[in-house]
Amino acid sequence: MMDIINTLFTSYDLVAALGIVALIMVISYGFADMIGQRRMGSAIAIVVGLVLAYIAGKYTGGEKGLADVSLFTGVGLLGGGMLRDYAIISTAYGIDLKNIKKAGLPGIVSLLVGVLFSFIIGAAIAALLGYTDPADITTIGGGAVTFVVGPVAGSALGASSDVIALSIAAGVVKSVLTMIITPFVASIIKLDNPTSAMVYGGLIGTTSGVAGGLAATNAELVPYGAMTATFFTGLGSLLVPSIGYMLVNAIF
Amino acid sequence: MEIYGLGIVALCMFVGSFIGMGLGNLLGISGNVGGVGFAMLMLILVTNHFEKKGKPFSKRTSNGILLLSSLYIPIVVAMSARQNVVAAFEGGAVAFLSGGVATIGALLLVPLITKLTIKENNE
Repeated sequence: MMDIINTLFTSYDLVAALGIVALIMVISYGFADMIGQRRMGSAIAIVVGLVLAYIAGKYTGGEKGLADVSLFTGVGLLGGGMLRDYAIISTAYGIDLKNIKKAGLPGIVSLLVGVLFSFIIGAAIAALLGYTDPADITTIGGGAVTFVVGPVAGSALGASSDVIALSIAAGVVKSVLTMIITPFVASIIKLDNPTSAMVYGGLIGTTSGVAGGLAATNAELVPYGAMTATFFTGLGSLLVPSIGYMLVNAIF
Repeated sequence: MEIYGLGIVALCMFVGSFIGMGLGNLLGISGNVGGVGFAMLMLILVTNHFEKKGKPFSKRTSNGILLLSSLYIPIVVAMSARQNVVAAFEGGAVAFLSGGVATIGALLLVPLITKLTIKENNE
Protein backbone atom coordinates (compact mmCIF):
# COMPACT_ATOMS: atom_id res chain seq x y z
CA MET A 1 0.00 0.00 0.00
CA MET A 2 2.66 2.54 1.07
CA ASP A 3 4.88 1.22 -1.70
CA ILE A 4 2.24 1.97 -4.31
CA ILE A 5 1.75 5.50 -2.96
CA ASN A 6 5.51 6.05 -2.92
CA THR A 7 5.85 4.86 -6.49
CA LEU A 8 2.98 7.09 -7.59
CA PHE A 9 4.50 10.19 -6.06
CA THR A 10 7.99 9.53 -7.39
CA SER A 11 7.01 8.57 -10.94
CA TYR A 12 4.50 11.43 -11.28
CA ASP A 13 6.64 13.93 -9.38
CA LEU A 14 5.78 17.09 -11.31
CA VAL A 15 2.07 16.29 -11.29
CA ALA A 16 2.28 15.61 -7.56
CA ALA A 17 3.91 19.02 -7.09
CA LEU A 18 1.13 20.74 -9.06
CA GLY A 19 -1.42 18.97 -6.87
CA ILE A 20 0.37 19.95 -3.65
CA VAL A 21 0.66 23.59 -4.71
CA ALA A 22 -3.02 23.62 -5.69
CA LEU A 23 -3.82 22.28 -2.22
CA ILE A 24 -1.66 24.98 -0.58
CA MET A 25 -3.42 27.64 -2.67
CA VAL A 26 -6.92 26.34 -1.82
CA ILE A 27 -6.16 26.36 1.90
CA SER A 28 -4.41 29.76 1.79
CA TYR A 29 -7.10 31.49 -0.24
CA GLY A 30 -9.76 29.86 1.93
CA PHE A 31 -8.04 31.26 5.01
CA ALA A 32 -7.63 34.69 3.35
CA ASP A 33 -11.36 34.74 2.55
CA MET A 34 -12.16 33.74 6.11
CA ILE A 35 -10.28 36.76 7.50
CA GLY A 36 -11.74 38.97 4.76
CA GLN A 37 -8.38 39.70 3.08
CA ARG A 38 -8.67 37.96 -0.29
CA ARG A 39 -5.68 39.87 -1.71
CA MET A 40 -3.46 38.35 0.96
CA GLY A 41 -4.14 34.86 -0.44
CA SER A 42 -0.94 34.53 -2.44
CA ALA A 43 1.15 36.01 0.38
CA ILE A 44 -0.31 33.47 2.77
CA ALA A 45 0.39 30.70 0.25
CA ILE A 46 4.02 31.84 -0.02
CA VAL A 47 4.40 31.88 3.77
CA VAL A 48 2.84 28.40 3.95
CA GLY A 49 5.44 27.32 1.37
CA LEU A 50 8.24 28.78 3.48
CA VAL A 51 6.93 27.16 6.67
CA LEU A 52 6.72 23.78 4.90
CA ALA A 53 10.28 24.33 3.61
CA TYR A 54 11.43 25.03 7.18
CA ILE A 55 9.75 21.91 8.57
CA ALA A 56 11.10 19.78 5.72
CA GLY A 57 14.58 21.26 6.14
CA LYS A 58 14.56 20.44 9.85
CA TYR A 59 13.28 16.93 9.14
CA THR A 60 15.61 16.01 6.25
CA GLY A 61 18.60 18.23 7.02
CA GLY A 62 18.69 19.09 3.31
CA GLU A 63 19.01 22.43 1.58
CA LYS A 64 16.06 22.31 -0.78
CA GLY A 65 13.16 22.47 1.63
CA LEU A 66 10.16 20.37 0.66
CA ALA A 67 11.96 19.12 -2.46
CA ASP A 68 14.25 17.01 -0.25
CA VAL A 69 11.30 14.91 0.95
CA SER A 70 11.13 11.95 -1.46
CA LEU A 71 7.36 12.30 -1.95
CA PHE A 72 7.70 15.95 -2.98
CA THR A 73 10.77 16.06 -5.23
CA GLY A 74 8.63 17.53 -8.00
CA VAL A 75 8.39 20.77 -6.02
CA GLY A 76 12.07 21.24 -6.87
CA LEU A 77 11.28 21.09 -10.59
CA LEU A 78 8.10 23.19 -10.42
CA GLY A 79 9.74 25.84 -8.24
CA GLY A 80 13.13 25.63 -9.95
CA GLY A 81 14.84 28.22 -12.10
CA MET A 82 13.68 26.86 -15.46
CA LEU A 83 9.90 27.04 -14.99
CA ARG A 84 10.21 30.18 -12.84
CA ASP A 85 12.02 32.09 -15.60
CA TYR A 86 9.71 30.67 -18.29
CA ALA A 87 6.64 31.83 -16.37
CA ILE A 88 8.20 35.21 -15.48
CA ILE A 89 8.88 35.95 -19.14
CA SER A 90 5.28 35.18 -20.06
CA THR A 91 4.04 37.81 -17.59
CA ALA A 92 5.51 40.47 -19.89
CA TYR A 93 2.76 39.63 -22.39
CA GLY A 94 0.35 42.52 -22.78
CA ILE A 95 2.71 45.20 -21.42
CA ASP A 96 2.43 48.50 -23.25
CA LEU A 97 5.77 49.80 -24.53
CA LYS A 98 4.82 53.31 -23.42
CA ASN A 99 4.87 52.28 -19.75
CA ILE A 100 8.38 50.86 -20.12
CA LYS A 101 9.72 54.01 -21.73
CA LYS A 102 8.22 56.09 -18.97
CA ALA A 103 10.01 54.07 -16.30
CA GLY A 104 13.35 53.61 -18.08
CA LEU A 105 15.32 56.23 -16.17
CA PRO A 106 13.91 55.39 -12.73
CA GLY A 107 14.72 51.75 -13.49
CA ILE A 108 18.39 52.41 -14.24
CA VAL A 109 18.86 54.80 -11.29
CA SER A 110 17.19 52.38 -8.88
CA LEU A 111 19.37 49.48 -10.07
CA LEU A 112 22.62 51.35 -9.39
CA VAL A 113 21.42 52.78 -6.08
CA GLY A 114 19.94 49.40 -5.07
CA VAL A 115 23.11 47.34 -5.61
CA LEU A 116 25.39 49.90 -3.94
CA PHE A 117 23.03 50.53 -1.02
CA SER A 118 22.55 46.84 -0.16
CA PHE A 119 26.26 46.16 -0.52
CA ILE A 120 27.31 49.06 1.73
CA ILE A 121 24.77 48.13 4.42
CA GLY A 122 25.79 44.46 4.36
CA ALA A 123 29.51 45.25 4.42
CA ALA A 124 29.10 47.82 7.22
CA ILE A 125 27.19 45.33 9.39
CA ALA A 126 29.81 42.64 8.76
CA ALA A 127 32.53 45.10 9.83
CA LEU A 128 30.55 46.19 12.90
CA LEU A 129 30.09 42.57 13.99
CA GLY A 130 33.81 41.95 13.95
CA TYR A 131 34.79 40.77 10.47
CA THR A 132 38.13 42.32 9.46
CA ASP A 133 39.20 40.45 6.32
CA PRO A 134 38.22 42.54 3.23
CA ALA A 135 37.27 39.40 1.28
CA ASP A 136 34.88 38.29 4.08
CA ILE A 137 33.34 41.75 4.36
CA THR A 138 32.86 41.97 0.60
CA THR A 139 31.30 38.49 0.49
CA ILE A 140 28.77 39.25 3.24
CA GLY A 141 28.02 42.60 1.59
CA GLY A 142 27.44 40.66 -1.62
CA GLY A 143 25.01 38.39 0.22
CA ALA A 144 23.00 41.44 1.23
CA VAL A 145 22.72 42.19 -2.50
CA THR A 146 21.35 38.72 -3.38
CA PHE A 147 22.10 35.12 -2.43
CA VAL A 148 23.79 34.67 -5.81
CA VAL A 149 26.09 37.69 -5.59
CA GLY A 150 27.52 36.61 -2.20
CA PRO A 151 28.82 33.23 -3.41
CA VAL A 152 29.97 34.75 -6.75
CA ALA A 153 32.04 37.37 -4.90
CA GLY A 154 33.16 34.92 -2.22
CA SER A 155 34.55 32.36 -4.62
CA ALA A 156 36.17 35.06 -6.76
CA LEU A 157 37.95 36.52 -3.70
CA GLY A 158 38.73 33.24 -1.94
CA ALA A 159 36.53 33.66 1.14
CA SER A 160 36.01 30.60 3.36
CA SER A 161 33.00 28.36 2.85
CA ASP A 162 31.29 29.30 6.14
CA VAL A 163 31.42 32.98 5.18
CA ILE A 164 29.97 32.07 1.79
CA ALA A 165 27.20 30.11 3.55
CA LEU A 166 26.50 33.17 5.71
CA SER A 167 26.27 35.38 2.64
CA ILE A 168 23.73 32.98 1.11
CA ALA A 169 21.75 33.12 4.37
CA ALA A 170 21.78 36.94 4.25
CA GLY A 171 20.39 36.79 0.72
CA VAL A 172 17.71 34.29 1.72
CA VAL A 173 16.70 36.49 4.67
CA LYS A 174 16.35 39.39 2.25
CA SER A 175 14.27 37.37 -0.17
CA VAL A 176 12.00 35.91 2.51
CA LEU A 177 11.58 39.22 4.32
CA THR A 178 10.72 40.97 1.06
CA MET A 179 7.99 38.43 0.28
CA ILE A 180 6.48 38.80 3.74
CA ILE A 181 6.60 42.54 4.41
CA THR A 182 5.98 43.99 0.94
CA PRO A 183 2.16 43.69 1.04
CA PHE A 184 2.14 45.38 4.46
CA VAL A 185 4.28 48.38 3.49
CA ALA A 186 3.02 48.71 -0.11
CA SER A 187 0.73 51.64 0.66
CA ILE A 188 3.37 53.43 2.78
CA ILE A 189 6.00 53.31 0.02
CA LYS A 190 3.36 54.04 -2.67
CA LEU A 191 3.92 50.76 -4.48
CA ASP A 192 0.82 51.04 -6.64
CA ASN A 193 1.89 51.90 -10.20
CA PRO A 194 4.22 50.47 -12.88
CA THR A 195 6.92 53.10 -12.31
CA SER A 196 7.22 52.52 -8.57
CA ALA A 197 7.12 48.75 -9.19
CA MET A 198 10.12 49.08 -11.52
CA VAL A 199 11.94 51.20 -8.93
CA TYR A 200 11.06 48.63 -6.26
CA GLY A 201 12.40 45.79 -8.43
CA GLY A 202 15.61 47.71 -9.07
CA LEU A 203 16.15 48.62 -5.42
CA ILE A 204 15.37 45.26 -3.82
CA GLY A 205 16.63 43.13 -6.67
CA THR A 206 16.16 39.62 -5.33
CA THR A 207 14.05 38.17 -8.15
CA SER A 208 12.18 35.68 -5.99
CA GLY A 209 11.51 38.22 -3.24
CA VAL A 210 10.37 40.90 -5.68
CA ALA A 211 8.17 38.48 -7.59
CA GLY A 212 6.65 37.05 -4.42
CA GLY A 213 6.23 40.44 -2.78
CA LEU A 214 4.54 41.96 -5.82
CA ALA A 215 2.40 38.87 -6.42
CA ALA A 216 1.09 39.28 -2.89
CA THR A 217 0.55 43.01 -3.32
CA ASN A 218 -0.85 43.36 -6.82
CA ALA A 219 -0.17 40.67 -9.42
CA GLU A 220 -0.43 43.18 -12.26
CA LEU A 221 2.78 44.84 -11.06
CA VAL A 222 4.86 41.63 -11.15
CA PRO A 223 6.24 42.02 -14.69
CA TYR A 224 7.41 45.60 -14.06
CA GLY A 225 9.29 44.72 -10.88
CA ALA A 226 10.61 41.44 -12.28
CA MET A 227 11.93 43.21 -15.36
CA THR A 228 14.32 45.48 -13.43
CA ALA A 229 15.06 42.88 -10.74
CA THR A 230 16.37 40.47 -13.33
CA PHE A 231 19.25 42.83 -14.11
CA PHE A 232 20.09 43.26 -10.42
CA THR A 233 21.95 40.01 -9.77
CA GLY A 234 24.00 40.44 -12.96
CA LEU A 235 24.91 44.00 -12.04
CA GLY A 236 25.75 42.92 -8.49
CA SER A 237 27.91 40.02 -9.70
CA LEU A 238 29.74 42.55 -11.81
CA LEU A 239 30.15 45.43 -9.34
CA VAL A 240 30.63 43.69 -5.98
CA PRO A 241 33.76 41.60 -6.65
CA SER A 242 35.39 44.48 -8.57
CA ILE A 243 34.51 48.00 -7.42
CA GLY A 244 32.98 46.77 -4.15
CA TYR A 245 36.11 44.84 -3.18
CA MET A 246 38.35 47.79 -4.09
CA LEU A 247 36.23 50.08 -1.90
CA VAL A 248 36.35 47.69 1.09
CA ASN A 249 40.07 47.13 0.56
CA ALA A 250 40.73 50.87 0.59
CA ILE A 251 38.87 51.31 3.91
CA PHE A 252 40.19 48.27 5.85
CA MET B 1 -2.87 27.20 -31.39
CA GLU B 2 -1.98 27.30 -27.70
CA ILE B 3 1.36 25.63 -28.32
CA TYR B 4 2.36 28.59 -30.53
CA GLY B 5 2.07 30.84 -27.48
CA LEU B 6 4.26 28.50 -25.43
CA GLY B 7 6.71 28.38 -28.33
CA ILE B 8 6.90 32.16 -28.63
CA VAL B 9 7.77 32.48 -24.94
CA ALA B 10 10.31 29.66 -25.29
CA LEU B 11 11.94 31.41 -28.25
CA CYS B 12 12.12 34.69 -26.32
CA MET B 13 13.64 32.81 -23.35
CA PHE B 14 16.37 31.25 -25.47
CA VAL B 15 17.26 34.40 -27.39
CA GLY B 16 17.19 36.50 -24.21
CA SER B 17 19.31 34.03 -22.25
CA PHE B 18 21.72 33.75 -25.16
CA ILE B 19 22.24 37.52 -25.02
CA GLY B 20 22.50 37.38 -21.21
CA MET B 21 25.10 34.60 -21.25
CA GLY B 22 27.04 36.29 -24.06
CA LEU B 23 27.09 39.46 -22.00
CA GLY B 24 28.25 37.47 -18.95
CA ASN B 25 31.08 36.02 -21.03
CA LEU B 26 32.08 39.45 -22.29
CA LEU B 27 32.14 40.81 -18.75
CA GLY B 28 34.15 37.83 -17.57
CA ILE B 29 31.57 36.51 -15.10
CA SER B 30 30.04 33.10 -15.56
CA GLY B 31 26.29 33.40 -15.63
CA ASN B 32 23.33 34.95 -17.27
CA VAL B 33 23.37 38.75 -16.99
CA GLY B 34 19.78 39.93 -17.28
CA GLY B 35 18.75 37.16 -19.66
CA VAL B 36 15.19 37.03 -18.35
CA GLY B 37 14.97 40.79 -18.74
CA PHE B 38 16.10 40.64 -22.36
CA ALA B 39 13.57 37.87 -23.01
CA MET B 40 10.76 39.96 -21.49
CA LEU B 41 11.78 42.96 -23.56
CA MET B 42 11.76 40.79 -26.65
CA LEU B 43 8.28 39.44 -25.91
CA ILE B 44 7.02 43.01 -25.43
CA LEU B 45 8.66 44.20 -28.66
CA VAL B 46 7.34 41.24 -30.64
CA THR B 47 3.75 41.56 -29.42
CA ASN B 48 3.74 45.36 -29.84
CA HIS B 49 5.17 44.96 -33.34
CA PHE B 50 2.42 42.56 -34.42
CA GLU B 51 -0.27 44.69 -32.85
CA LYS B 52 1.00 47.77 -34.67
CA LYS B 53 0.87 45.88 -37.94
CA GLY B 54 -2.76 45.07 -37.15
CA LYS B 55 -2.05 41.36 -36.79
CA PRO B 56 -2.27 40.60 -33.05
CA PHE B 57 -1.84 36.99 -31.88
CA SER B 58 -4.90 34.80 -32.29
CA LYS B 59 -7.07 34.08 -29.26
CA ARG B 60 -5.70 30.54 -28.92
CA THR B 61 -2.06 31.63 -29.25
CA SER B 62 -2.53 34.23 -26.57
CA ASN B 63 -4.31 31.63 -24.39
CA GLY B 64 -1.06 29.64 -24.37
CA ILE B 65 0.87 32.64 -23.05
CA LEU B 66 -1.87 33.47 -20.53
CA LEU B 67 -1.84 29.89 -19.22
CA LEU B 68 1.85 30.27 -18.43
CA SER B 69 1.47 33.62 -16.72
CA SER B 70 -1.47 32.32 -14.68
CA LEU B 71 0.83 29.57 -13.38
CA TYR B 72 3.27 32.17 -12.19
CA ILE B 73 2.03 32.58 -8.62
CA PRO B 74 1.73 28.81 -8.01
CA ILE B 75 5.31 28.47 -9.27
CA VAL B 76 6.42 31.17 -6.80
CA VAL B 77 4.71 29.19 -4.03
CA ALA B 78 6.60 26.04 -5.10
CA MET B 79 9.78 28.11 -5.21
CA SER B 80 9.32 29.33 -1.66
CA ALA B 81 8.67 25.73 -0.57
CA ARG B 82 12.12 24.74 -1.83
CA GLN B 83 14.19 27.50 -0.24
CA ASN B 84 16.75 26.73 2.42
CA VAL B 85 14.68 28.41 5.13
CA VAL B 86 16.49 26.56 7.91
CA ALA B 87 19.81 28.09 6.83
CA ALA B 88 18.24 31.55 6.80
CA PHE B 89 17.08 31.05 10.39
CA GLU B 90 20.34 29.56 11.59
CA GLY B 91 22.63 31.90 9.68
CA GLY B 92 23.19 33.94 12.78
CA ALA B 93 23.02 37.64 13.50
CA VAL B 94 25.15 38.76 10.55
CA ALA B 95 22.83 37.13 8.03
CA PHE B 96 19.70 38.46 9.72
CA LEU B 97 20.96 41.99 10.23
CA SER B 98 22.64 42.52 6.86
CA GLY B 99 19.79 40.92 4.91
CA GLY B 100 17.12 42.59 7.03
CA VAL B 101 18.51 46.13 7.18
CA ALA B 102 19.33 46.10 3.47
CA THR B 103 15.76 45.06 2.68
CA ILE B 104 14.01 47.57 4.92
CA GLY B 105 16.33 50.39 3.85
CA ALA B 106 15.80 49.62 0.17
CA LEU B 107 12.02 49.52 0.67
CA LEU B 108 12.13 52.99 2.23
CA LEU B 109 14.12 54.29 -0.75
CA VAL B 110 11.34 53.32 -3.19
CA PRO B 111 9.19 56.50 -2.85
CA LEU B 112 12.32 58.67 -2.79
CA ILE B 113 13.79 57.35 -6.05
CA THR B 114 10.36 57.28 -7.70
CA LYS B 115 9.83 60.95 -6.86
CA LEU B 116 13.37 61.98 -7.75
CA THR B 117 13.47 60.34 -11.17
CA ILE B 118 9.97 61.46 -12.12
CA LYS B 119 11.04 65.04 -11.38
CA GLU B 120 14.13 64.62 -13.58
CA ASN B 121 11.95 63.16 -16.31
CA ASN B 122 9.74 66.22 -16.34
CA GLU B 123 12.55 68.72 -16.46
